[in-house]
This record gives sequence, C-alpha cells and structure tokens, in this order.
Amino acid sequence: MPFFGYLAVFLLLPIGVLAVEAFRATDPVTYQESWSTDSIVAVTDGAYRRAYLGSLQLSATTALLAAVLGLALAVAVLQAKRGRLLRRLVLTASGVLANFGGIPLAFAFIATIGTSGVVTALLGDLGVGLGGFSLYSMTGLGLVYLYFLVPLMVLTIVPALEGLRPQWREASDNLGASSWQYWRHVGGPVLAPPVIGATMLLFASAFAAYATARALVGSSVPLVPLQIADALSSNVLVGSENLGKALALGMVVLVGIVMVFYTWVQRRTQRWLQ
Amino acid sequence: MTATIPTTVAPESAPRVRRRGNGAWRVVVLAVLGLYFLIPIAASVWYSSRSNGELTAEFYTGIPSAPGFAEAFGRSLTLAVLTVVISLLLMLPTMVLIDLRLPRLRSTVEILTLLPLVLPPIALVVGVRSVLAWAPDYFYGTPLADAFFALQEPSLPWILVLVYVVLALPFVYRALDAGIRSVDLKTLTEAARSLGASWPRVLVGVVLPVLRTSVLNAAFLTLALVLGEYTIAVILGFQTFPTWIVEIAGSQPQLSVSVSVLSLVVTWGLLLLISALDRRRAGKDS
Repeated sequence: MPFFGYLAVFLLLPIGVLAVEAFRATDPVTYQESWSTDSIVAVTDGAYRRAYLGSLQLSATTALLAAVLGLALAVAVLQAKRGRLLRRLVLTASGVLANFGGIPLAFAFIATIGTSGVVTALLGDLGVGLGGFSLYSMTGLGLVYLYFLVPLMVLTIVPALEGLRPQWREASDNLGASSWQYWRHVGGPVLAPPVIGATMLLFASAFAAYATARALVGSSVPLVPLQIADALSSNVLVGSENLGKALALGMVVLVGIVMVFYTWVQRRTQRWLQ
Repeated sequence: MTATIPTTVAPESAPRVRRRGNGAWRVVVLAVLGLYFLIPIAASVWYSSRSNGELTAEFYTGIPSAPGFAEAFGRSLTLAVLTVVISLLLMLPTMVLIDLRLPRLRSTVEILTLLPLVLPPIALVVGVRSVLAWAPDYFYGTPLADAFFALQEPSLPWILVLVYVVLALPFVYRALDAGIRSVDLKTLTEAARSLGASWPRVLVGVVLPVLRTSVLNAAFLTLALVLGEYTIAVILGFQTFPTWIVEIAGSQPQLSVSVSVLSLVVTWGLLLLISALDRRRAGKDS
C-alpha cells in the first residue's frame, strides 16, 4: 500500500536515521566517521542539559495551566444558559486561535507587550510599567504559548464534556450530592482520561514549538528546539551536525516516554472505570 | 414567553437553583480569558494602523508591493496546493480501502497518522536533513543524487511538499474519517460496481462527491497549516511566506505585524468557510 511506503520513507526513515547517526562522530582532523556516544554524552550535560530542563519546565507549566484554564472555559461556556451564540463564538474562535501559532502569533505579542508594544506604552504612560515582566523571557514565552494552548484544550475537551450526560448530574442532585461530590465521584473519573490525554497533547505541542520561540527570543532562552537550530546552523564546529541529531533524538525519546506514560494511565483509568 | 413557565413553577428544586446561582466564577473566567485573547489582536491592529501618531492604512496597502512578498507568498501558496493534492491522493484511496476491505488495519493506520501530532517537527526535519545529506556524501554522481538535488530546487522545493504531507496527515485523517463514518460507503460503492463502474470511476464519481465536505475540510486545514509553517522551511533553508515575515520584521516591524493580522483574518475566513459547509451538510441531512 502506498500509504505505508510513504510513511516509511518520510516519517520512519528520517527518525531512524536520526537514531543511528546520533551515534556517529566525525573526526575533526581526518574527517573519518566512527561510532561514538560522544554526542549523546554531550547533550546530557551543561548548556544542553539546561535546555532540556528549560523545555520540559516550560512545556509542563504551560500545558498544566492551559489544561486548567481551557477546562474552566469549556465548562463555563457549556453550562451558560441561553449560551448558544456564546458557545458558537468560543468554539469558532478556538478553532482559529489554536491554528494561529508560529510566526504571526509572536509578532502580535511583540506589537502588544514587546519593547515598543501598544500595551507597554499604555502602561508606561499610566506610570505602572510592566513590573519587571519581559516578553523576551521564559515567562513571556509561557504567556504567548497559552494563546494557542488554551484554545487547543477547549477544542479537544469539549466533545468529552458533551459526553457527560445531564441525567448523571440530575441523579446526583436528586440523591442530595453537592457539586463537589458530583465532580469528585462522577464527573471527575469520567473526564480524567480525556483530560489527561489532552494535557499530554498540549505538552507535546509546547515542547515542539519552535517558530514562536525563534521569532521572540532568538536563542537567549535555553530551549531544545533553539539549541538544535543553533547546532545545525553553526558551520564552524565540526560534528555540531551530530550534536543536533543527538538533541533531536533526545526530544523524540522524551516525547516517547510521555506517550508510554499516557497509554499506561489511559489503560489504568479505563480498567478502573469498568 | 413560553420558555419562562417551567422555571416559575418549580420552587421546590432548591439545590438546583443554589447551584446555578453560584456562577460568578464563570463570568470571571470568561472575562479574563476574553480580555487575554482580544487584547493582542486589538493591539496588533492599533500598532499596524498608525504611523507617527496618525491613522494610516499604508502598512496594509503596502503589503502586495513589499519586496519579496509576491515571490514568498506565491511559493507558499503553490506548496500548499501541491500538499493538498498529494495528501488527498494518498489518503482518500487508503481510507476508502480500509473502510471497505481492511478494517483490521484501521487502528494501525490511525496510530501512524496521529504520530506527527506529537512528534516534534524540528526532530523530523533534522532527520530529513540527514537523509538529504546522503546525496553528496554517498550517492554522488548517481541518478538518486540527482533526484535528491531536484527535490531541493529553491524555486519550488518539492521536499517541503513531501514533508508537509506528513505533518498534515493527522488533520486530513480526522477530517476524512468523520466523513467516511457518516456515510454508508459499502452500499454506495457496491451499487456503483454492480452497475459496471471501474474502481477509479467509483472513487471520482461516487466517493469524492459524497465526501466533498470532508475533503474540503481537509484541504482548508492543510492550506492553513502549510501557509503558516516555519520550522521545516527555515531549517532546510528555503524561503516561504513565514520566513519572509521574519526577514522583514527587522527593517519594517509594522509591516510584519500587519501581515500577521492579515494571516489571522485569512485563517478565520478559511475556518468559517469550513463551519459554514459543515452546517450546510447538517441541514441537508436532517
């Protein structure tokens, strides 16, 4: 089937090559290639280690925050009485904004709270200032990432929320349960697998995001995608290409671990629900 | 008026009323997130419509004539159309075949198509770069190397199309899957086959019209994806629309913002078109 052939060439082959060539090294003098774990060892240390930790921290924080905010927004919109218009508006807007990542998003924020941004100027005129906040930092990046992560959460979680039958809520109300008890014993357990799944998806998107970070901070913030691009574009260092491959392989492995964890959680929660 | 009657005759549902009344957090959530999402858009419009304190549209009217715009945007558009065509050529027959003949392969195909959703594009592109580097390293002088170089023609980089097809897979799959699930392809294709239609004829004459909303849906999502894609293009060293925006940002910050606002408007338009089509289909089915 052409489908499997296509994926083998354009998806599995590049990743496979990555996994093999990350273990190759080029001798700086003779240009001889040999097997070596130098690149792998190098990327687990020093600046690269900081980049991994930075990426993990940024994506975990933004994913969790976006999951909570997106869930709250989705529940608020779905529970609103006479909220059909609001609901359609929020869902369409989510569809648009979840796709509004990358370069345009970065420039929208630069125009807003960048050095010469509109809100920056406004707050400066009011004498308030940004209070030490900088768009070109890890916190700034987090703020920007939420802009596409929250809508993504809304989009992925609304179908699950709609699966919660109103009858369950009514039954629990009739039996005298409080709102907390309902969410603790009925709504929560039913929603847990989709919420965890959506959070993992948010984590993966934040972890992989390169364009926004590139346009905003260049390479001043320690993040793996930025380090990979740096390693690839440096023609000075022999073997930095291999370093890039090792860094990329590290990302694939980390995402793989997250996915394995996700399947495990999913299986456990499903067994527990039966 | 009739809608108010049930609420006025149900005084004993006290817990329900109490729960509904405690909804202040909802207003807070909606207000805070509403501001968060609206302010950057409003600020961008403001930023890109002012020059020395005066209201102006020059940063919008100046886009088409900006140096490099026509070339970069044209190239991105071409790449997008080619990506749409190839993804559909690849996925439509595959998914129809799985639906009709090989249902046991469905979960494998689903997992494979969803992989690009979690796989970082930057990792994929490093791998693609390594493979492309084989041409000068190992195959130099062979037809294979020539093919590799042809793929990397800067004026129309086919390699980008081929990689974008992979990135678009999850969206194309989900859009087509929704369409295929909602119709009975088996009956339709069997009817067409028993009337003597060949398989290509069935695909073009029966399957495509039945699934046209999903096909359009997939096409628009892919279009939006390719027009905004930056990582792959910049790492492989090609100039496309997003890399052009980054390039001009240094010398013309307002132009880069006005282009960003426009690209948001275009995405919005494309998605509204999709939802309008969806609603039309829903209206027709009922």
